[in-house]
Amino acid sequence: MKFSAFISPKAVKSDLGSASKDEVIAELVQTLVDAGEILEKDRDDIIRAIMRREELGSTGIGRGVAVPHTKHPSVAKLVGTVGVSSSGLDFESLDGQKACLFFLLVSPPDRPGDHLRALENISRQLRDDQFCKLLGQSKTASDILNLLEEADRESSAS
Amino acid sequence: MEPTQATTASREVMVQNPEGLHLRPAGKLARMATEYKCSLELERCGQIADCRSMISLMTLGATQGSVLTLRANGPDADSAVEAIARLFDSHFDEL
Repeated sequence: MKFSAFISPKAVKSDLGSASKDEVIAELVQTLVDAGEILEKDRDDIIRAIMRREELGSTGIGRGVAVPHTKHPSVAKLVGTVGVSSSGLDFESLDGQKACLFFLLVSPPDRPGDHLRALENISRQLRDDQFCKLLGQSKTASDILNLLEEADRESSAS
Repeated sequence: MEPTQATTASREVMVQNPEGLHLRPAGKLARMATEYKCSLELERCGQIADCRSMISLMTLGATQGSVLTLRANGPDADSAVEAIARLFDSHFDEL
């Protein structure tokens, strides 16, 4: 599943200001509200659901990346955003490193396959050192979007 | 110098969780894999993942019903394969 199928272009954010796990999850969910992907009234419930999921085990998957996510009945299809924190923050990741790159996903409860395919795509790209480096260096939302588009083009070419 | 015991072990495992090998089971598997000295890899359709890396495991995109080949190489290969196969059989304690 390509990034363009689930990442909301209006939501991506290159300059996350949060310093903690709670804050960054709220900040990322807010980008989806601002982009019109989720309703304001559902925001707090989605944040709580993502935090509950984190309590089961951090979604900090290593290499400075975290993939906070939840299922939520308010979305009809998988929606996601990408955020970059230049300073990084503690996300209780498996490898103990700070997280700088965030992929936040909200999926409908009945579509586990889409969620898995999105994770598969994200993970494939993260194995590419250049992709991680350039994503971490993104200064603007359009830097991020260009990188995601390039990754989509390369994955369809391979 | 300690004698080296080159041991290999392998077996097929099936993903039984309805949601596939998503992040939480991948995390459990990666944590378990780090407890062993042997190398541990999973193969699906010719694609190989390092069991110690959640990122690597997630690239398999292993949905429910996927059959994977688990391979270990090292002194504790047998016990590692047995423990990881149990994890798959227990549905990663998700059901």
